[in-house]
Amino acid sequence: MNLNRFTPIHVGTAALGCPAERSSAVASGRCRSGFALAAAVLAAILAASCSHKSESATLPKPTAFGAAIVESSGGKQIAQTGSLLPQPVVVQVNDEQGNALPGALVAFAAAPGVTFDPPVGLTDSSGQVTTNVSLGGMAGRYQLIASTFDKSHKKIEVELEEIALGYQQTLGRRLNDQYCDRCHNPESTVERVSNYDNLEVKPHPFTEGDTLNKISDADLTAIISHGGPALNKSALMPAWGNTLGKPDIQALVSYIRAVADPPSRSAGPVFAKN
Amino acid sequence: MKEKLTSLWQRLFGDPVRAFGIVSLVFLVSLAIAPAKNFFSEWRHYQHGYLRMIRNRSDANTLQRHFQGGIQQIWIPDLGVVDRCTSCHVGVKEATLTDVSTQPFRKHPVIPHNLDQFGCTICHRGQGAATTVAEAHNSTLAWEQPILPAKYIESSCGECHRGPLLGTPVLNQGRNILSRYGCVHCHTVKLADGSVMKADDDPPSLSHIADKTTREWIYAWLKDPQAYAATATMPNFKLSDDDVRDMSAFLMANSTPVPGDTVTLSAKPSSDPAAGTSLYGESFCASCHAVQNAAGNMVGGDVGPELTRVGNKVKPEWLQAWLRNPRTYDLETAMPHYRFNDGQVATLSGFLLAKADSDLLANVHLEAATPEQIAHGKRLVSDYGCASCHEIAGIKKPENFAPELSRIGSKPITQLIFLPGMQHTLPDYIAGKIKQPRAFSPGLKMPQYSFTPAQIDALTTALLALNERSATLPPSLTVPATPDTDYQPAGKAGKLMTDLACFSCHRINGHGGSMAPDLTWEGSSVQRGWLVQFFKNPGTLRPALIRRMPRFNLTDAETNELTDYIMTVYQNPAVDRDSMPLSGYPQGQVELGRQLFYGKYSCQGCHIVDSKSDKGYIGPTLTSVGSRLTAAWIFQWMKNPQALRPGTIEPNRAMSDEDAHALTAFLMSQKGGGKQEAARK
Repeated sequence: MNLNRFTPIHVGTAALGCPAERSSAVASGRCRSGFALAAAVLAAILAASCSHKSESATLPKPTAFGAAIVESSGGKQIAQTGSLLPQPVVVQVNDEQGNALPGALVAFAAAPGVTFDPPVGLTDSSGQVTTNVSLGGMAGRYQLIASTFDKSHKKIEVELEEIALGYQQTLGRRLNDQYCDRCHNPESTVERVSNYDNLEVKPHPFTEGDTLNKISDADLTAIISHGGPALNKSALMPAWGNTLGKPDIQALVSYIRAVADPPSRSAGPVFAKN
Repeated sequence: MKEKLTSLWQRLFGDPVRAFGIVSLVFLVSLAIAPAKNFFSEWRHYQHGYLRMIRNRSDANTLQRHFQGGIQQIWIPDLGVVDRCTSCHVGVKEATLTDVSTQPFRKHPVIPHNLDQFGCTICHRGQGAATTVAEAHNSTLAWEQPILPAKYIESSCGECHRGPLLGTPVLNQGRNILSRYGCVHCHTVKLADGSVMKADDDPPSLSHIADKTTREWIYAWLKDPQAYAATATMPNFKLSDDDVRDMSAFLMANSTPVPGDTVTLSAKPSSDPAAGTSLYGESFCASCHAVQNAAGNMVGGDVGPELTRVGNKVKPEWLQAWLRNPRTYDLETAMPHYRFNDGQVATLSGFLLAKADSDLLANVHLEAATPEQIAHGKRLVSDYGCASCHEIAGIKKPENFAPELSRIGSKPITQLIFLPGMQHTLPDYIAGKIKQPRAFSPGLKMPQYSFTPAQIDALTTALLALNERSATLPPSLTVPATPDTDYQPAGKAGKLMTDLACFSCHRINGHGGSMAPDLTWEGSSVQRGWLVQFFKNPGTLRPALIRRMPRFNLTDAETNELTDYIMTVYQNPAVDRDSMPLSGYPQGQVELGRQLFYGKYSCQGCHIVDSKSDKGYIGPTLTSVGSRLTAAWIFQWMKNPQALRPGTIEPNRAMSDEDAHALTAFLMSQKGGGKQEAARK
């Protein structure tokens, strides 16, 4: 009897509700519906138990337990909602002496919607675990937690924060790249030499939360629209109100709020693991 | 058994009154099912949750006043929208709920569209009319389109917006990849306006390939294009050694020499790395061509092919002929005709030939090809559709070589075959197909691309936008793209501009590249004397720019031809260049202009007038602007820069005529005197 051969296919598609392969499975299988239902239930139970087994099987076994876990790189990155961070997140586990520790188990966790590839891993020879992170679908800050166990099986953690930009902030970011970054970002890139050092009065980098968070949305909008002198600041900041539209300026303000460090209160919520 | 049943029947329905009572009871219970289902419905549960959440907020009263219980619906007949999402997503329009992190209660983030005009499913998809989470968000038997994952959300923008938008970088990138990586050579993409999407990767003709390279290089390239050049857009066809041997044999045997192309070396390639580096730099080859440096970073542009290992590829004879005049070999190339002299050709060819990797061809040993191998190679070349992208003598470009993708975004899931373990959704299918096309069936011809995950997401986003709804939207609801014009300058000057490939970098009348300034109004903008000098020795206008105009070694006659054409034809009707004098402005006005320049408008932030004190790095240096630009242009530019050059980042300062006049007077007084006088002496 060829039942065993085709039931797994049938169950898989039924569970996922895919009409395509369901119909094909029905066409290929000559079984009666009642029989198929019973077989489906049976296989579903089997599949469930299998997936349990495989899950525990893929979890690697740690060979060492650390004393501390620290961020190596990948924090404070910016990406659009739902998309991959440009750089992977790397964390390192150290032993009591502060030396990198290979073979420790690190697990990543965050609010629902954030995905890690891989979600768990053992530290490599340099004591590090690397994971690619996709942020959730809502704009705001996402708290990532990387954890490992120490010798007494106590959980030790390190927190990272990443920034997800929604439509408005993404638009603001593009405008920033085009108009603002040349002066407001002290870092030069291969494609863009920074003008920051050439200015007598230094502009504020947009990450400078300490200063920028104290300026209200209305004041920030006024400075962008009417130039620095509108708030008794330097005339080196020109007026953009005739070049950029109102939605553009609002987008810029929302971008500035989104990237401020320390975070601005109007940047929206922080998504943490529940 | 039968007795028991009979007695039960008797007990329940024996007496007519009791029977009536029981039937009524059953009837009542069944009537109560509907209200009970309603009472325990999911949306009611969420609405209760919402009311609990707002109760403790300071703005509870306002929120309570806005709250409407029951099933909510956005109905837009024109768009076919019936969206009941707001039944659960209660706070979606509440401005104060931006700080809420629990769904479904958060305010919708700011977008350029109004919820009441567009609804929810136009962008997010899913089943709008559904009133349970499972039915609204997931695909069901009756509804295939689940909620669109956030990373693909820009595909919905692309349904109506056919051109690039500043706020949709992912969609723009995906559309660029479609043409940049030549997807549309094989897959037809008919756009909603009736046009067909064009590729812009410009794959070379293979009809004369034996002039250019060796069979060994073709072999190595076909085996793994990215081993030769990491940035190569040619995908990997995963060919066997024998197939590659036969294909390379066919391509060599099929090649015919280009008439007029030199086959002998005109000058011995000289190995002077210092002179080579400096000529490569002076000619700004890196504006278009990239070379991988020792640290592994690509340095240079992506208009032309990467040159990291070009010495492995090209024959010295061909390279010299190419450097002398690329249009002999390829009439349509984006490479300018540099007019190098013999010494320069020797230096540059020697420099480029030294860019080679001894390992690349070390293991390629090919014996002379047999006629059978050549015939087999020809069959493979047509089977794999090489002629879809490349011109190959004797092989016709295949029509509809691969499935058309014009409506791929509406492909029914019933027609897809998924890989095991794959989510059964269209976006996952498309992304999977791009990632590993051959995994779906070993017999498939689609080659393997080396896209990054971000590129795959972008490409998937662009493909999802090509759907039924987008194709059938009434024109009143779409925002068309502004396609490139096919503007071509006329006459002798036009030929010269094609020869110099001006349009590879400059844009004129809506046609051409974006690397260098738009020249549509150049004739109104600059003074004739400056332009002549600039062609002879292109200086740097912007200190911070790494891409600059190369020197083309033009003859005086050619320079005059070009200058006359530009000065006569590229005139802006709003700028009368003779309406204002080039010099002789009153000292008072010049002085006022200086004050405005350094004070009110603080132009020195971006521009340099006095090279000793000013440092601005962003705009062009203005030390000799009075000898470069016309006064009328400067005046109009002060009034509204974007009107003259849309997209320029010079801010529009809404200047009064008086201020603009004063600044014009000041700038026209900047003749770069010191330098010129020194030169005269």
